[in-house]
Amino acid sequence: MPLISRDDVARVARLARLDVTEEEIDRFADQLAAVLEHAADLATLDTAGVPPTAHPFPLVNVLRDDVAGPSLDRDEVLAMAPAAEDGRFRVPRILGEAP
Amino acid sequence: MTSAVDIARDVRAGARSARDVVETHLSAVAGREAELHAFNLVLADEARAGADEIDRRVAAGEDPGPLAGVPVALKDNLCTRGIPTTCSSRILEGWRPPYDATVVARVRAAGAVVVGKTNMDEFAMGSSTENSAFGPTRNPHDPSRVPGGSSGGSAAAVAAGFASLALGSDTGGSIRQPAALCGVVGVKPTYGLVSRYGLVAFASSLDQVGPFAGSVADAALLLDVIAGHDPADSTSVPRPAPSCSAVLGDGVEGLRIGVVRELLEGIDPEVAARVSAAAAALDAAGAKVEEVGVPATTLALSAYYVLATAEASSNLARYDGARYGLRVAGDDVTAMYGATRAAGFGAEVKRRIMLGTYALSAGYYDAYYGQAQRARTLIIRAFDVAYASYDLLLAPVTPTTAFPLGAKTADPLTMYLSDVCTIPSNLAGHPAISVPYGLGAGGLPIGVQILAPALAETTMFRAAAALERSLA
Repeated sequence: MPLISRDDVARVARLARLDVTEEEIDRFADQLAAVLEHAADLATLDTAGVPPTAHPFPLVNVLRDDVAGPSLDRDEVLAMAPAAEDGRFRVPRILGEAP
Repeated sequence: MTSAVDIARDVRAGARSARDVVETHLSAVAGREAELHAFNLVLADEARAGADEIDRRVAAGEDPGPLAGVPVALKDNLCTRGIPTTCSSRILEGWRPPYDATVVARVRAAGAVVVGKTNMDEFAMGSSTENSAFGPTRNPHDPSRVPGGSSGGSAAAVAAGFASLALGSDTGGSIRQPAALCGVVGVKPTYGLVSRYGLVAFASSLDQVGPFAGSVADAALLLDVIAGHDPADSTSVPRPAPSCSAVLGDGVEGLRIGVVRELLEGIDPEVAARVSAAAAALDAAGAKVEEVGVPATTLALSAYYVLATAEASSNLARYDGARYGLRVAGDDVTAMYGATRAAGFGAEVKRRIMLGTYALSAGYYDAYYGQAQRARTLIIRAFDVAYASYDLLLAPVTPTTAFPLGAKTADPLTMYLSDVCTIPSNLAGHPAISVPYGLGAGGLPIGVQILAPALAETTMFRAAAALERSLA
C-alpha cells in the first residue's frame, strides 16, 4: 500500500485550502492510501507512445463574435454575497496592513 | 401512473388540465415524501401557478409545447434563478442562483411544470445519496435501502410518482445507477449533446445532464427537448440533435450487439441473469447478439477516481466564502478559505478534494494524473475496436440490486465499486441508457445497460424500446 504520511496529508490540505483536524489527518492518510493502492494498476500500465486524453472530443478554440450581450445583474449577484460594499465583494484583508 | 407522452398529448388537446396533473403528483408527494426524502425543496405553489398558466394558454388556443403540463423534478445541482440550488451541501445552503441552467430554460419553454429540486450526494459525489448534507433519500421499492446516487432524489421522485420526468447529472453513473436501483429509465447522453451551462461542475470532462423517466418513450421525449447546441457551453456539440422519439418503433433487425465480457465479472448472478435475458430478447427481436471483450474497461475505475477527483479539486476551489454561499470569518483571506471549506464541505467531498489535489501535486502528477489520462486513451481505443464490429454494447448497470442504507458508508472504495459498469462510458464520452429489466430477490429492480458510440443515441433508443417491448 502506498504510504501517505501525516505530513503529506497536512501538505495537501494546505494546498487545497482546507482546514483539517488531527483526527481527519489520520483518517485521510488511511483512506487515500487505500484508493491509491487500487489505482496501482495505472502505475504499472505500459503507456509508451500513448497520448493523454484530457477531453473526450477535440473541440478547440470555440469562439463567438465579439458582440456585447446581456450579463448577470450586479445587484442580484451581490445580494447573494456573504458581504458586499460599494458594488463589490467585501473580503478580509489579503496583504498585511501598515501599522 | 400516466406517462409523460400521454400527459403532454392530453394537456395540449385540452382533454386534461395541467392543474389536475400537478395535483395528482403533489398528492403523491404529500403521501410519501416524509418517508422517502426525494426533494430538498418542493415547489408546490410555483407548480400550481405554472400549471394554471399552461391551462390558460391552452384555453387561449396556444400550444405550450411538447412537455405541456408534464411535472418535472430537477436535481439540485441545476441552477434555477431565484430558487435555492444547494447541491445538497452546507456550503451552498440558501444560495439562489442569478440565472437558469440551459436545460431548465428548455424544459420550461417546452411547457413542463417544475415540481421541486431533488436530493443528491453532495456535489454529485457518491453512489447512494447518503452523502447529502440534508439526510439520505430512500428507495421507494424498499425504504430500508438506498436509491443509488448521486441523482437518487430524481430517480426516487419518478419511481414514487412525485414527478413524471426528472433531470439528473451523470459523471460516473449518477443517472444510470440510481435509475437501475429504482426501476426507472435513465440516460447519459453523449458528452456535449446536452448543455452543461448552469449545471454546477463536478468533473467537467465527464459531467453530462440527462433524463429519468418511467418509460423509454418518456425518456426520449425529454432528451429531444434538452438536446442540441448551446452557445453558452463551449463543449456543446455544434450540430442539430436527431429525434430519439421518432425511431422508437424501428426495431433492432440486423443490429450487431456485443455483450461486454469484462463488465460481467464479479456481478451478482441475479443481475447477470437479467443481462443474459436481455441479450436473448434482443436476439429474438432480430439483432445479432454475441459476447465481446473490451479489455481496457478494467482500467476505468482507477482512471476515473484519479481524473474525476483531480477535476473536482480544481472546480470546487471556487467555494471559498468570497462571492456566494457560506463564509466562516478568518483574520485574513487564507484563514477564511480554510475555515469556510472545513465547515461547508462534507466528508466525501473533502476526501475527493484531498485525493484530487494529491494526484495533481508536484511529484505525483505524472504517476497518477498523467497515467490516468493515458489509460483514458486506451479505453477509448478499446471501444473504437469494439464499435468497428458492433453497433451497440450490452452490460449490467450495477453489480447488485439496491443495498441497505449504511452498508457501504464505512469504506469509500467499496462504494466506488458500485460504478464499475457505468464509468467507462463517461471516460469515452459515449451515451448509455439504463432500462429496467425485471426484478431480483425481494422484488428489487434490476436494470440492463445499452452502450452506444458517440452521437448514436437513435440506435441506442431503438434497442432500448425493443427491450422494453420484450417485457410486455
